[in-house]
Amino acid sequence: MKDVAFGQYYPVNSFVHRCDPRLKLFFLVAFIAAIFVANNFWALGACAAVLIAVVALSRVPLGKVLRAIRGVLILVIFSAVISVFFYSGETVYWKYGILCVTREGIFFSVFLIIRLFLLVICSSMLTYTTTPVALTDGIESIFHVHVLALIMSIALRFIPILMDETERIKNAQKARGADFESGNIFKRIKAIVPILIPLILSAFRRADELGDAMDARCYMGGKKRTKYKKLTFSWRDLVAFLTAAALVTGVALLRVYVGGM
Amino acid sequence: MHAIETKDVSFSYEGGGFRIAHLDLTVEEGEFLAVLGHNGSGKSTLARLLNGILVPDSGTIRVFGTPLDDQHLYEVRKQVGVVFQNPDNQTVASIVEDDVAFGAENVGLPREEIAKRVEFALGAVGMLGLRNAVVSRLSGGQKQRVAIAGVLALKPRVMILDESTAMLDPRGRREIVEVVKKLNREEKITVILITHFMEEALLADRAVVMNRGEIALTDTPAGIFARHEELLTYNLALPRIGVIAKKLTEGGLRVRDTLDPEQLAEDIARSVRR
Ligand SMILES: Nc1ncnc2c1ncn2[C@@H]1O[C@H](COP(=O)(O)OP(=O)(O)OP(=O)(O)O)[C@@H](O)[C@H]1O
Ligand SMILES: [Mg+2]
Repeated sequence: MKDVAFGQYYPVNSFVHRCDPRLKLFFLVAFIAAIFVANNFWALGACAAVLIAVVALSRVPLGKVLRAIRGVLILVIFSAVISVFFYSGETVYWKYGILCVTREGIFFSVFLIIRLFLLVICSSMLTYTTTPVALTDGIESIFHVHVLALIMSIALRFIPILMDETERIKNAQKARGADFESGNIFKRIKAIVPILIPLILSAFRRADELGDAMDARCYMGGKKRTKYKKLTFSWRDLVAFLTAAALVTGVALLRVYVGGM
Repeated sequence: MHAIETKDVSFSYEGGGFRIAHLDLTVEEGEFLAVLGHNGSGKSTLARLLNGILVPDSGTIRVFGTPLDDQHLYEVRKQVGVVFQNPDNQTVASIVEDDVAFGAENVGLPREEIAKRVEFALGAVGMLGLRNAVVSRLSGGQKQRVAIAGVLALKPRVMILDESTAMLDPRGRREIVEVVKKLNREEKITVILITHFMEEALLADRAVVMNRGEIALTDTPAGIFARHEELLTYNLALPRIGVIAKKLTEGGLRVRDTLDPEQLAEDIARSVRR
């Protein structure tokens, strides 16, 4: 839990890791657009090829990448099954009441599955290769909101501290005979109250002290503030930008000249 | 010029009974001042007054001649750094060097200057090797050294440590004391060390004892410890080793007033041999 500052971040030094977080955000948005513009297997194949290249460049192990899919597997299968049975089309293979299986429905489902997988993998690539702080720094620099990055930074700093504290209070209450494991849901919720109250009080006290410490270090809002680490674009970002642009254009052209399946 | 000069400063919390009344305190440039006092005697209140976190009801505070008022608040804050007690509640960033840069970023320094100061501050506290470390994985002493570095990055001329060693183990405490001594000696930073540990007060040039919002005693640390009985009335007890030294002297053995066991042992050995 101490690693919350890094979220899912997989610390290696790769091409993708060293790209500017702003560019990675742009890439993700462009990629998602491409996935939904793509309406034939050629276009979707192009998206998949680009994503495979990104994964390979990132040096994040395949197992980790696939683990991201596992979390949404049930959801994906569920949506696919629903759309197979409810999608209406011309070539009907099977029909029962409002349920039907059509050629178009099957295509649509397969598309849906591939799209969702691509979506999930691409988003998790962003979190595997970018620390939460770098990500908020990126968002801050795009939208010019300073507090956002500060809040994020402080939250990440204090989550592990408060987790430890929760554990400590819980153990102290256990030592006095509190029981958190048995009883019905109401009993358990009631047992949490004696943990929650000291935790909230302590969080307020910490916030108070942190406020003083920030004041003492001349914190005066975002106006005059400068940044120690500035984000800069490099040739990597140009490569990534061109790839994203080429992908979106390519997919759009395929949609116009080849058409849907 | 005095580093810090308070004249007739009074302050009370809203609705609270506690009051700092007519406080006069002068701290010279380069001085190492220890502030002692029982719990609730007003030490932290004093620290917060001296860099404008709290505002006095009346009286004036000057820092190197600059009055501490609305107009000069940040100018003074840049000069008077405060390190607090809890190592976990004064860091804003997860990575050491990002946190050290925080103060320097706040005052709008150019990036190259921030980089220089981060380098300097981390070097001064001996944490350069851990500049990319994760703060939550550091020891208490290391965290407090980061906090000191964060203050140093603003290049203060006065540094106040408000019981900054209280939550540390003996080793962490030693680390901090070493760093503070060095900053006082080499960087000529004026130090105000608020502490419960008499041993630490011994390092100072001068010590004051606070009692109920007033300065009750001002003397050299040794002079203060010599007033053993008086300290008791301010709810301060000499550490046992000091009491032993005192009793030995009363019993006719020639030993110095000391809190250092080694030194006491040496003295005993010498006078017994004689
Ligand atoms: N925010 C506040 N509001 C009201 N009263 C306060 C506040 N902060 C402190 N006090 C009171 O002011 C008095 C002095 O507190 P202060 O923190 O300055 O003492 P201290 O000498 O630092 O004590 P300690 O050794 O416990 O740190 C105490 O009686 C305390 O209860
Ligand atoms: Mg205090």
